[in-house]
Amino acid sequence: MRIAIPALGLIAATPAAAANLTVTVDIPKLDVAEYHKPYVAIWVEKPDGAVAANLAVWYDTRLKEKEGEKWLKDIRQWWRRVGRELTFPVDGVSGPTRAPGVQTLDYAAGAAPLGDLAPGVYTLVVEAAREVGGRELVKIDFTWPAAAKAEAKGASELGAVTLEVK
Amino acid sequence: MSLRSRLALVAVTVLAATPLTAEAHRQWITPSATVLSGDDPWVTFDAAISNDLFYPDHFPMQLENVVVTLPDGSVGAIENGATGKYRSVFDLHLTQPGTYRIASVNDGAFASYQQNGEQKRWRGKKDEIGTAIPADATDVKLTEAQGRVEVFVTRGAPTETALAATGKGLELVPVTHPNDLFAGEAATFKLLLDGQPAKGVEVAYVPGAARYRNESSEAKTTTGEDGAFTITWPSAGLFWIEAAVEGLPSAAIENAQRRAMYVAVFEVLNP
Repeated sequence: MRIAIPALGLIAATPAAAANLTVTVDIPKLDVAEYHKPYVAIWVEKPDGAVAANLAVWYDTRLKEKEGEKWLKDIRQWWRRVGRELTFPVDGVSGPTRAPGVQTLDYAAGAAPLGDLAPGVYTLVVEAAREVGGRELVKIDFTWPAAAKAEAKGASELGAVTLEVK
Repeated sequence: MSLRSRLALVAVTVLAATPLTAEAHRQWITPSATVLSGDDPWVTFDAAISNDLFYPDHFPMQLENVVVTLPDGSVGAIENGATGKYRSVFDLHLTQPGTYRIASVNDGAFASYQQNGEQKRWRGKKDEIGTAIPADATDVKLTEAQGRVEVFVTRGAPTETALAATGKGLELVPVTHPNDLFAGEAATFKLLLDGQPAKGVEVAYVPGAARYRNESSEAKTTTGEDGAFTITWPSAGLFWIEAAVEGLPSAAIENAQRRAMYVAVFEVLNP
């Protein structure tokens, strides 16, 4: 991988040992009549929309009869890109819904679920869908494995999303 | 009202319920969802013949001719079927992962003729037509009427086994999967007539929720040499797709023309 990086012309911004991806997702506290914690999916996609890494999906994993899986299709873009091909739960990816606040997630290169990303341009996508609520996608473009910090903000179902490659 | 005129009224109503021309009311089956997750999803459907899409305002679709093709290609069954004043309803239990085809398939005959100076009409099965027309009828016009009204739903990843053409009448086969449609994206399908590419056929597509806008928003495209046509979805929602081929010679009925009609309801999602 280190040999390939200079060839792609990413030398300036690329420390030799870039290998970790940290994502934070702020789930906003909402003042609504009926609140349910959102279903959230986090993944990395290539410029053509193909999924490079399926990082997390938070849903009602504890309902009986796997009832929570019935609503996974409401994380619509994630369902199309990767969810519909999977069997649940997915080890290291499936998890219960999270409460409002900032969630911090660390992913190491070479380890599941990030795996080995080839050097190149990617988009981090965070999608939230809330029962009797709305749906929102927040995207951050990044170049792997160039060290970088970036932030994007949702307007309704997601607050700030940050990405750090180091 | 005399019994005779009541019977006549019934006959007229049945005719109206099973339109024979493209200008007639629109037939449709709408699903509560087309993209499903989980191990045990159900979909509930409305089936009707209406003017406005998709409001049941005219006549319920009869459920006898509804055929379900399961993801493995075998024949499935609808449940909880009921027919009301303006619509029929039924459920489908998605017991297998993959794509299901739900189709109302009609393969019948139609006749119009003059008898004793009166214009008369008859509709029924193809093999009844020989005995259905009185001997003193004149100006007899016979039509073999094939129709297919479809909708597709998918549990999990889309599959194509259930979408295989039967080789009879006008049919649609996917290039783009019909349960993978998104606003702003182009989708391509192929029309087949008796299993062969149906070229130069006009395809109309109309969005639902007609009551809440002023325009009909009907658009048209035409199939190419390979029977293919492409639609770029202008918005998310349910769309009604219709195509018909008329004036074909009928192989099933002597001295008859054949008409083949195809309708599908597609759900287009927001990306």
